[in-house]
Amino acid sequence: MKDLASIALFALLVVCAPLVTDSGVVLNFITMALYACLLAQAWNILGGFGGQFSFGHALFFGTGAYVQAIAQLHGLNPWLALTLALAASAAVGLCVGALSVPFTGAGVGLMVPLRASTANMQFASRAGTLWLVLGMVIVALLVTAWLRHSRFGAWLQAVRDNEDAARAVGVDPFRVKLAAIAISAALMGAGGAFYVQVFQYIDPGIAYGPGTSVEALVAAIVGGMGTLWGPALGALALHLLADLTRNLFGELPGINMVIYGVVLVLIMMFMPRGVAGLRMPARGRRNAEQDQRRG
Amino acid sequence: MLEFGILFPALLNGLTTGAVYALVALGLTLIYGVLHIINFAHGASLMVALYAVYLLKDRFGIDPYLALVVVVPGMFAFGYALQRIVIDRASHGKDENILLVTLGIAIVLENLALLLFKSDTRTIDTAYTLATVPIGPALIALPKLIAFAGALAVCALLLVLMQRTDLGRAIRAVAKEKQGARLMGIDVEHVYAMSFGIGLACVGAAACFLLPAYYVNPQVGSGFVLVAFTIVVLGGMGSFAGALVGGLLVGVVESLGGLYFGESLGQVGIFAIFIGVLLLRPQGLFGTRA
Repeated sequence: MKDLASIALFALLVVCAPLVTDSGVVLNFITMALYACLLAQAWNILGGFGGQFSFGHALFFGTGAYVQAIAQLHGLNPWLALTLALAASAAVGLCVGALSVPFTGAGVGLMVPLRASTANMQFASRAGTLWLVLGMVIVALLVTAWLRHSRFGAWLQAVRDNEDAARAVGVDPFRVKLAAIAISAALMGAGGAFYVQVFQYIDPGIAYGPGTSVEALVAAIVGGMGTLWGPALGALALHLLADLTRNLFGELPGINMVIYGVVLVLIMMFMPRGVAGLRMPARGRRNAEQDQRRG
Repeated sequence: MLEFGILFPALLNGLTTGAVYALVALGLTLIYGVLHIINFAHGASLMVALYAVYLLKDRFGIDPYLALVVVVPGMFAFGYALQRIVIDRASHGKDENILLVTLGIAIVLENLALLLFKSDTRTIDTAYTLATVPIGPALIALPKLIAFAGALAVCALLLVLMQRTDLGRAIRAVAKEKQGARLMGIDVEHVYAMSFGIGLACVGAAACFLLPAYYVNPQVGSGFVLVAFTIVVLGGMGSFAGALVGGLLVGVVESLGGLYFGESLGQVGIFAIFIGVLLLRPQGLFGTRA
């Protein structure tokens, strides 16, 4: 219940943002931060709750992006294309299981020309785009909240913590993991579809390159894996950091990323359980750390 | 089928490229294969070593092969300090933290290089850069041939180190049973740092052998990281012979794949073989079952 209340509060706050300000910079920032949240939350479902470390989440992102783009080039309505993109990403997730294959290919991009209208999932104002990605993030948060309280979520965490013990009490680890991958992949695919809607362009480097995989997992781990708000917090913090350093040191190439890297290492050094881990009581935190060392 | 006159040079070319892959992978198999440190900074370390070789040649006129005596110990010290001071303290023994810490280090190193050297691609000029050696119908670049011999030598040295010395035994003990090794009086943190240092020393050697026929820019390492990880798993985690054979195999597959299917599909062959090997032999070509 507390989870649902916090999600509702978050949704309310962000929904109102475009009504309070019409600054393009602020709205753009919120939109892109939400997009980063979506990717992190999608990764968190498999990585944080399932304990399956994936370096290949770009595969699902790229599938979502390409299906969204190609379906529209064949004249399909973007809203219909989105359901197709989600289904395709989930299907790819089911097929590859835990194994993911990096793709390489010649850099042929796809352009998706669209006129602005809600039916086209192209919004005249920035607010529309923001609300679209907000909707996706809220779905991701709701799925995470469900994982925290449902029987399936308990199975998934049991498999993560001790696969043999989970099997012993009648959980089928393979099916549980597979379902988690499918859910995670579908949300990642939503991220890809959103990317295409916003930038109206996709190429293999963006779709399947390591950048997106890394972005998703870094935000989730920095924020705190296996928590409800950790990945969102991590995505926001990193996005803020990247934006800030870019604005401060934009003229000197590289220095902003040097600071980003240093902060990343420092976060790991002083907040080993992620930013959200700080909220755990000190005693519980110490015990958890000792468990980790023993394991 | 293509005729021998085309196939043979492509094969040799693949073998010599593969030897350099193997050199990079040898360091990684020690760090990742034996100690399970997922070192995302491996490619960035190679880049640092390449810049070191470049600067030694450019500023002081030191020959890249002579630079081995400076760069290899230098990279060893860099690796030892990095593991001891940064990675060990920041990782708290958790895999996902190690991953982010090494990723952070990679980002820092690459962008420091960008800041200091700009994104220009640099090469060095030596008397033998363009020298070739005829082997049958093929002409092979001399630096690549030397790199091939160097990879074999480094591999042999590592095998002797791991099998015959106390340090090697300590590394193997720590890899097998960390807690047990500690109880036997082995300084685990020291062994970890030594392994990391040796791994980066291999990268230093790779840089010295690589640069005469290659180039350096801040992003140069990223092309090697994924291939190196693939080779380590393909050859068998922690197996030096596996890293060597895996590296050569990957080089040949890439070269022949490029010849038959075109440049961009050449790499697909690598991953097709990778998946095939993992399906048939999950422990890798030279790996032992856990």
